[in-house]
Amino acid sequence: MISIQHEDFDPGLEQAKLSGNTGTGAVVAFTGLVRDENLGDDVGGLYLEHYPGMTEKALQDIIDEAATRWPLQAIKVIHRVGQLFPGDRIVYVGVASAHRKAAFEICEFVMDYLKTRAPFWKRETTAEGERWVDAREADQSAAERW
Amino acid sequence: MINVLFFASYREKLDCEKLQLGSGEYPKTLSELREQLSKKGDDWCEVLNDSRTLVALNQTMTRKDFELNEGDEVAFFPPVTGG
Repeated sequence: MISIQHEDFDPGLEQAKLSGNTGTGAVVAFTGLVRDENLGDDVGGLYLEHYPGMTEKALQDIIDEAATRWPLQAIKVIHRVGQLFPGDRIVYVGVASAHRKAAFEICEFVMDYLKTRAPFWKRETTAEGERWVDAREADQSAAERW
Repeated sequence: MINVLFFASYREKLDCEKLQLGSGEYPKTLSELREQLSKKGDDWCEVLNDSRTLVALNQTMTRKDFELNEGDEVAFFPPVTGG
């Protein structure tokens, strides 16, 4: 259900795994990618740090919260850590539910909460050197609307 | 003993990943721990008293003050930026 890993993942394979139940009417998946630009600067790479132990616990809490709000049938959350480069997949949230509205909402809810509650930190490499990415106010507002 | 952890930019700024405080070395509450560690220097004071600093007790984020007990793990870290 939750995987924190260095290696890449296959969104198609994850999608197939979430589609195995004939009671499932909708599978919605989000894949986040590393961009080559941030705040007007070229980004050559991204290093992902996390808090082992707490990360898994925080993600499980988010999933548990989603399950109390929507009819969630299956979910997979993958987050990569370590050194990544532009174009690399970084995060995957795949959700199976009976109907599309719930599936879309769960997927968005989990991503919004993940961005403000799961202990991951990005350090990006730019032409000026390395810098820790600052949290965005917009992410906080997105999480608060739920 | 309690473990105090620092992550990401805070770990780098303080050049400290983990502090172990034996019984008798740590105070009764989180707020007292903040005060105690703030005395270690300007960087420590800044990190521990920044209003954006997040705190986790035994791997669960909390915004309240709490009592410290033997075996606790307290973590200080900047706002998270995953996803």
